[in-house]
Amino acid sequence: MSLTRQTCRRAALAALAFLASAALAPSGGFAHAFLDHALPSVGSTVHGSPGEVTVWFTQEIEPAFSNLRVVDQNGAQIDKQNNAVDPSDRTVMKVSLPKLPPGKYKVFWHVLSVDTHTTDGTFSFEVAP
Amino acid sequence: MLHVKFMFHRIDGAVIRFLVGAGLVAGAAMLVGQPDPAGAHGFAGDRFFPATILTDDPFVADEMSLPTFTRPPTAADGTHEYDLDVDIAKRITPDLGFTAHYGWVSSHTPGMPTVTGFSGLNTGLQYQLFINPQHEMMALAGLGVSWAHTGRVAALGAPDFTTLTPTFDFGKGFGDLPDSMPFIRPFAITGNLSYDVPTKTESAGSPNPNNFNYGFAFEYSLEYLQHHVKDVGLTAPFDRLIPLVEVALSTPVNRGQSRNTTGTVQPGIIWSGQYYQIGAEAILPVNALSGKGLGGLIQLHFYLDDMFPKTIGRPLLQW
Repeated sequence: MSLTRQTCRRAALAALAFLASAALAPSGGFAHAFLDHALPSVGSTVHGSPGEVTVWFTQEIEPAFSNLRVVDQNGAQIDKQNNAVDPSDRTVMKVSLPKLPPGKYKVFWHVLSVDTHTTDGTFSFEVAP
Repeated sequence: MLHVKFMFHRIDGAVIRFLVGAGLVAGAAMLVGQPDPAGAHGFAGDRFFPATILTDDPFVADEMSLPTFTRPPTAADGTHEYDLDVDIAKRITPDLGFTAHYGWVSSHTPGMPTVTGFSGLNTGLQYQLFINPQHEMMALAGLGVSWAHTGRVAALGAPDFTTLTPTFDFGKGFGDLPDSMPFIRPFAITGNLSYDVPTKTESAGSPNPNNFNYGFAFEYSLEYLQHHVKDVGLTAPFDRLIPLVEVALSTPVNRGQSRNTTGTVQPGIIWSGQYYQIGAEAILPVNALSGKGLGGLIQLHFYLDDMFPKTIGRPLLQW
């Protein structure tokens, strides 16, 4: 079988366009969920105890298989263990905090994005008097 | 744009058919399958290792570079060339994968007609030895094969012999350093060690030595800084940038070639998105044997596991 150069060129461009469109289309597919930003901010120092930790992700996540926890410098979990995905925006997850004494705290997040890929990560923040 | 125009003027039918095949392999398998819980490519804990361009990655993956367009430094005899390469990495199981690389070359030596053709097929089988999330470490062992007579031997110097290359690749992120070193923690290094064993000691009167190959990539991840160490206010696209310097050297160890080390140093940058990454690097030869002047490359690299999580983005044995 022999293909003409023009046919081959068109087919190649079509294949490349297909791949590019699949990659670029923001709603055409799903991907791993990564941290977009958080409050308290990653690595920040806040004055006074924050009432909660809120994390925004780059993709929607599955509430049943995603969690957020906060530990103190001794590794003890200190959040209220009520982490939840915002039903009106499934890219957002929150967990409530008790009144925290000054110190460093670490946030662990583990999420399952809607395409079933799991990702996890950590970041720290500090509470100052 | 000039490069793109040049490229398509030079591409012949065989190359285009090759690109079509590679593209359709990726596209055709979107139709069926079930989702599975799968980890992300190139991750060890918080650390994301991008797919580096010059050096091999220390992880198995479902990814494809299509294309890598390279203008290497000019050779010592004045020969300059343009390369168009395709790389595919595919997992067979979550820890076992294979790779394939094929390239097309347009080479011009002063006073001679331009020569084009394939440069030879390389394949590899890789096994993920371990991934340590806590210390952001990973390692991989593999066997690469450069296949005889899969490129233009006489005109472009493609090998007329097969070479077997055991490899060891590793990666280490420095995120486990103390919090008191926040701006050091985004650093990471990946490395490759390999040894070429040619199946023929001589070709056309020239020796084919065994080579010791060693390469490293030094990376500073702004993504890691912004999302895991300290929110410094970086927004898209800057929060996904990874500046890096890659170095790869090859030293023959026998057959009278042991002083002929060659290699390049390649500073550049990679932007990593959800479905693909784009990389660009300058190419600096380490000595006269490695060329002269400045070269450069640009690469578009797709994460197949994110693009097609239900089909070809999964390990083959989970289809």
